[in-house]
Amino acid sequence: MKISTIADLLDAQVLCGEDHLENEVHSACGSDMMSDVLAFVKDQAVLLTGLVNLQVVRTAEMMDMRCIVFVRGKKPPEEVIEAAREAGIVVLATTERMYPACGKLYATGLVGGSVSVS
Amino acid sequence: MSEPVKFHFDVAGDNFSSAGEASVKVKKLLRQLSMDPETIRRVSIAMYEGEINMVIHANGGTADVVLYPDRIQIILADTGPGIKDVSLAMQEGYSTAKDNVRSLGFGAGMGLPNMKRYTDRMEIESEVGKGTTVTMEVFLPGANA
Repeated sequence: MKISTIADLLDAQVLCGEDHLENEVHSACGSDMMSDVLAFVKDQAVLLTGLVNLQVVRTAEMMDMRCIVFVRGKKPPEEVIEAAREAGIVVLATTERMYPACGKLYATGLVGGSVSVS
Repeated sequence: MSEPVKFHFDVAGDNFSSAGEASVKVKKLLRQLSMDPETIRRVSIAMYEGEINMVIHANGGTADVVLYPDRIQIILADTGPGIKDVSLAMQEGYSTAKDNVRSLGFGAGMGLPNMKRYTDRMEIESEVGKGTTVTMEVFLPGANA
């Protein structure tokens, strides 16, 4: 799925990374606990979260993710957007809540992908 | 034989926003050195978790990364409160982090287990009241370690 399709499905605003909207992504995860993202996620390129701080971008960067979707109408501070821009990560913001946002993407073919081995 | 490449970072303890900066830098440096992507990922995730731990629990510390021909070593040292029971701290889900840390997305008791999971070797030296030193190693692909 193209990142631009995610933006369309969630009626999301693109906060940075306009140049990467045509990139393809194949799986996603949703969490407000970055600890869990670091522990359980593997190969997921999209992170949906309601947490808006710099550690979200750092976590995504460490996990080689391509896109962060801030749900529930959360607007990250400028420094967060700037860090994502620098890391080449697309940032989207949607008013959708976590559950319907994940559901819409899953139903359209963006699956959960594998989890990391323990 | 040439000396191994070393990087040193001071990890500030007073600012949660800056936690992870050293790991981001290391990730960039390893990329510039064209290291294997999976190795970079394992090193940077393990170091990032360790950095977060130092900021949450120990008011910061130092991070040293040493590149050997067959492995990457990460040494995280702090002079914080120390870990009372290391085997308990290694259990997934066990956490002494405060609620404000949890509201920032951390403190789920996954840090140390995750560091162990992503590295090939991990050693914790800790003394209550003195501090903690965590040494981790990630073997490079093809290295007979």
